[in-house]
Amino acid sequence: MNRTYRTLYSAAIILAAAAAAVGIGALVLMAIGVSVPETYRVILTEPFKDMYGITEILVRTVPLILVGLGIAISFRSGILNIGAEGQMQIGILAATAVALALPNLPKWLLLPLVLLAGALGGALWGSIAGLLKARLGVNEILSTVMLNYIAAQLHGFLLRGPMIDPAELQVGSGTPQSMRLPKAAWLDRILTGYRLHWGLAIALGLAVIVYFLMWRTTWGFRMRAAGAEAKAARYAGIRVESCLAAAMILAGAFAGLAGAIEVTGVHRRAIEGVSAGYGFSGIVVALFGGLHPAGIVPSAFFFGLLLIGADMTQRALSVPANMVLVLQGAVILSIVSAKTWLNDPYARDKAVRKMAALFGGGRK
Amino acid sequence: MNLLLVLQNILAIGVPFSVALLLAALGEMFNQRAGVFNLGCEGIMAMGAFLGFLPSFLLKGGALAPWAPAIGIACAALAGVLLGLLFGLVTVSFRAPQGIAGIGLQMLGWGTAGTLSRHFVGGVTGIPGIDAWPIPGLSKIPFLGPILFSMTPFGYFGFLMVPISWYVLFKTPWGLKVRAVGTHPRAADTMGTNVARTRYQALMLGGAMAGLAGAYLSLAQAKMFADDIVAGRGFIAVALVYFGRWHPLYILGGSLLFSIAQSFQLAIQVLGIDFPYEFAVMLPYVLVILVLAFAKNSRLRGPAELGKPYNREKRV
Repeated sequence: MNRTYRTLYSAAIILAAAAAAVGIGALVLMAIGVSVPETYRVILTEPFKDMYGITEILVRTVPLILVGLGIAISFRSGILNIGAEGQMQIGILAATAVALALPNLPKWLLLPLVLLAGALGGALWGSIAGLLKARLGVNEILSTVMLNYIAAQLHGFLLRGPMIDPAELQVGSGTPQSMRLPKAAWLDRILTGYRLHWGLAIALGLAVIVYFLMWRTTWGFRMRAAGAEAKAARYAGIRVESCLAAAMILAGAFAGLAGAIEVTGVHRRAIEGVSAGYGFSGIVVALFGGLHPAGIVPSAFFFGLLLIGADMTQRALSVPANMVLVLQGAVILSIVSAKTWLNDPYARDKAVRKMAALFGGGRK
Repeated sequence: MNLLLVLQNILAIGVPFSVALLLAALGEMFNQRAGVFNLGCEGIMAMGAFLGFLPSFLLKGGALAPWAPAIGIACAALAGVLLGLLFGLVTVSFRAPQGIAGIGLQMLGWGTAGTLSRHFVGGVTGIPGIDAWPIPGLSKIPFLGPILFSMTPFGYFGFLMVPISWYVLFKTPWGLKVRAVGTHPRAADTMGTNVARTRYQALMLGGAMAGLAGAYLSLAQAKMFADDIVAGRGFIAVALVYFGRWHPLYILGGSLLFSIAQSFQLAIQVLGIDFPYEFAVMLPYVLVILVLAFAKNSRLRGPAELGKPYNREKRV
């Protein structure tokens, strides 16, 4: 009986959290005077209407999985990475630079090099915040947020200046974008006519690898121990500071790789807006996925759906696509609130006792 | 051109720029003194900026137009109070981890402001905003007059909040309670202070000030609203609280330093120095990281229980 009540308690909290998130979204939708059910219907079903919609969800799922995996590693290890957006942009720049510098390499060599460059670029950017945290105790949330703004300026500077497509300066409008990548650096598309590319396989493969790394190796155990209870981990001889730095570097590498895959698979050149807020959405994806690869993959698909769905509502119902941010913010607040209730044995037992008093049974 | 005149012009822009940072940072100081780390400041500022702007936009040319800024300021403060309450619900009552909840509040505020502005306003439109109000006599002082005494009333209010915040935090019973629940909530609880209520009050005050900071941006500084008007100032304000060691006077110093760093990019344009503009924009953000890196060695520590939820039922 007690077990049933406990399940009921958890279910009630999850339902309440979901209702709160949907409700906050509904308030904003009502404020702009659109039909709430209709908007949610369009967001959640319209992308499934044709092949284009479905492939576009998956196109957005790829960077969300990668960024989400990196953020899950960092959160599990006890360091909050808010800097995925900046790390992604540095990854984009590094991948583009390598691809443009070595256009004559064969594909089997160039493409892996380009992806590796992206990951290294992101790792480098993540290492700044990681080392600052490990060495000087700098609050990683603030440092990664600041590094995002710095990366955005660096990205803008390089695309407007040194890395701009020379053709843009001679004949074009001066749009800040790099030259098109050589074909040898392109990640192939899975279906002709759609933007979906093989990055999807890379993302899914890495999800499996992250699972083994974090849950099936000693190294992963150390990382999670450092994140779960730093004092105990230190007592057990784990070098917590190294774990924090390593986690941030790894998170940066994942974000940078996501950037490189976006460039080589979707846009095929560096241009403003490639990172498109994936770095922030990735935080929600990771939390919603329970900071576990098995949860992150479906969670990334769900938020990919929200992103493309919000684009469609903008066209169909003229609901601004910023609505996605509202929902993401509401989801974060609901998840973190629900988590404390779910993990609080006192509150749970109290509720279970009350239910037992009301409906009978359950006495230990 | 006279170098002194250039310096005067930079400071005349930089000093009023500091008001938004100052208001937000003072509000955040109250939050952190009470033990709550509110990263949602950025989102509250975005809502404040939008709501401060909206009445001026809607009432443009109407009979009520002269009152529009005042209505906007009231709306911005009210929205700040409500968002502070929401943050209190999540972090004080539900005891959620504050850092990540703050990022949620930031997305919520930023997204809501963006959604509403796209719907009600559309593109970027200017508003009359609040005019400068030079103080007679004082504004005629050479060099200092144009810098310190030619601001908007909103600007003077911002600077006035420094002594007021100092007084409230260090000389009133409520200020003592705020410091107590941030330093040793269990002791405060034992002495009969309602920890949760005090933290809620601090969050509401901090939210209102962040809302006002946003309204300052749209009404007095930019005189328009754009999605990205806040541009990280909320996060810089949080960092400034560390930099300012949780004290209003040092926070004032930090705000001035950072806003002058921000107006540095204008100096580059004015003086025609050949320096990539993007690196000038980066400067304040780089400064924040450097400041945080060196702040560790400070003797003064922050509130002892900063960032830790208080659970009175938990055994210690």
